[in-house]
Amino acid sequence: MIKEVYITETNCITPIGFDVASNIKNIGEEVSGIQLHDKPMLFSVPFYASIINDVDLDLAFAKVTSATNYSRLEKMMILALEPIIKKSKVILNERTAFILSTTKGNVTALENHNIEPAYLDQLAKIIANFFEFKTEPIVISNACVSGILAVSVAKRLIQAEMYDNIFIVAGDEVSKFVLSGFNSFQAMSDLPCKPYSINRTGVTLGEAAAAVLVSSNKENAKIKVRGDGSINDANHISGPSRTGEGLYRSIQSALAEARIKSNQIDYISAHGTATPFNDEMEAIALNRLGLENVPMNSLKGFYGHTLGASGLLETVIGIQSALENKLFVSLGFDTIGVSQPINVIEKNENRNIHYFLKTASGFGGCNTAVVFEKVN
Amino acid sequence: MTAKKTYIQSFCTIQNNQILMNGEVVFSTEPTAFSDFSKKTYQHLEMNYPKFFKMDNLSKLAFLGAEFLLKSESNFSKENNTALVFANKSSSLDTDVKYQNSISDAENYYPSPAVFVYTLPNICLGEISIKHQLKSENSFFIFADYNPEFMEKYSNILLETLKADKVLCGWVEYYNENYKAFLYLVDKEGEIEHNQEILKKLYKQ
Repeated sequence: MIKEVYITETNCITPIGFDVASNIKNIGEEVSGIQLHDKPMLFSVPFYASIINDVDLDLAFAKVTSATNYSRLEKMMILALEPIIKKSKVILNERTAFILSTTKGNVTALENHNIEPAYLDQLAKIIANFFEFKTEPIVISNACVSGILAVSVAKRLIQAEMYDNIFIVAGDEVSKFVLSGFNSFQAMSDLPCKPYSINRTGVTLGEAAAAVLVSSNKENAKIKVRGDGSINDANHISGPSRTGEGLYRSIQSALAEARIKSNQIDYISAHGTATPFNDEMEAIALNRLGLENVPMNSLKGFYGHTLGASGLLETVIGIQSALENKLFVSLGFDTIGVSQPINVIEKNENRNIHYFLKTASGFGGCNTAVVFEKVN
Repeated sequence: MTAKKTYIQSFCTIQNNQILMNGEVVFSTEPTAFSDFSKKTYQHLEMNYPKFFKMDNLSKLAFLGAEFLLKSESNFSKENNTALVFANKSSSLDTDVKYQNSISDAENYYPSPAVFVYTLPNICLGEISIKHQLKSENSFFIFADYNPEFMEKYSNILLETLKADKVLCGWVEYYNENYKAFLYLVDKEGEIEHNQEILKKLYKQ
């Protein structure tokens, strides 16, 4: 008998709220975190991004600890984890693991020629020490699937009986490093991003931290993790497969493990970065699986692309969608701009959600899909 | 989970201008920079794969290790469900520093997408997947040190749950000319038992 695995606690720190309830309220009212920023230290010309206000961050952090020697990203991550560790009452012993997902961690330290803080194991150690985890941190750095891949890895480790509880935090911040990089790819949108739209021109970057508790204990379960897959395109390192091969296979693998058919999925929280190639690839993969009529959204219109945080942040919001039986609008969408039909959510509506699918794709040809089932 | 025994089919170590297959030196050069060593290794393998020269050092290191282990495995007519489970300490920091240097001076600002894409450690998994057409499970982890316990358990999970038929594992560490790669292929049959004690021993060789 394979162990059942649940997500029992969730939290997120984003520009539109420092807890799940305020994020859901803002999403319900179509309030986006994306704004025009004039920050020459980050980028030479004004740019759209979803950035957490420093004053708000410091105020919230001061309520948790009087310590001050933490980076912005560390503060975001600590704030995301702190309430769920406290609320869960899980003992941080050798049966409790800690996974940290990020793409670039404290890469901003390199601006001051500080190498040591840029090591991801150092970042993990700082967060782990703050909470006094007893096990060695597991860091996942697998491009833009990192956040959702962590859920898949956590589920597998619990099923293998290595741990009973795993706290995951996923975070990334907007930096000169990533802004210049995405801009060099000509992948940045001049306006707030418009996933799946004919008018989309690229990504808007964002920052966030999200945290969940993955557990074998059904008590307080919000959702069950039913199946997952994380399969490479084997096609190109900086662009998705034209046929969506890796995403197609990842979803197929997740559905097979969950033993459910594609027509049982009620909602898809997709990746939708708003680059021409990504959104097109997703539409092709979903059509190949017969998922084209399932209501879907990309939350990038609210948060921008939060890189290693995005998969977990969007899972946290997706879980809340399922619990509240609400489909949220895919902000920024207007006229369909992919070659295959997909059912992009155009207005908020109530809909019974039992199964939902989370997907993500990223550089290096990586893809991850996880199927969740509401717990009755 | 009732664990069936798994085995290390073959292993490859790259360090100090030397490549060892199953503990035997198969290629070495005089002490030289990694760029030169990796180029000579590529020539030794008689490959015709121009993409190799676009890769960063971490990807070259991982790619060459995979090449030695998989060159007899690749069979393009057959689906090859070999998962990739890789880890290191320094992530892509070597290329991160290079990229940061290209943007830190306003007078000398030249961010390059060809460099930026390698500021993610999992890109080396993409390179190996493309070369060997592995449409398979892949994940990149970061640990403070070589972590045979985690690697053993996670790769066994992939085999047990039938997510993969074989697993190519790799510790691929590269920062500032310091490098070490230890890659090995885990299978359901073989002669060397796959456990953390043996992984520790083989890593130190």
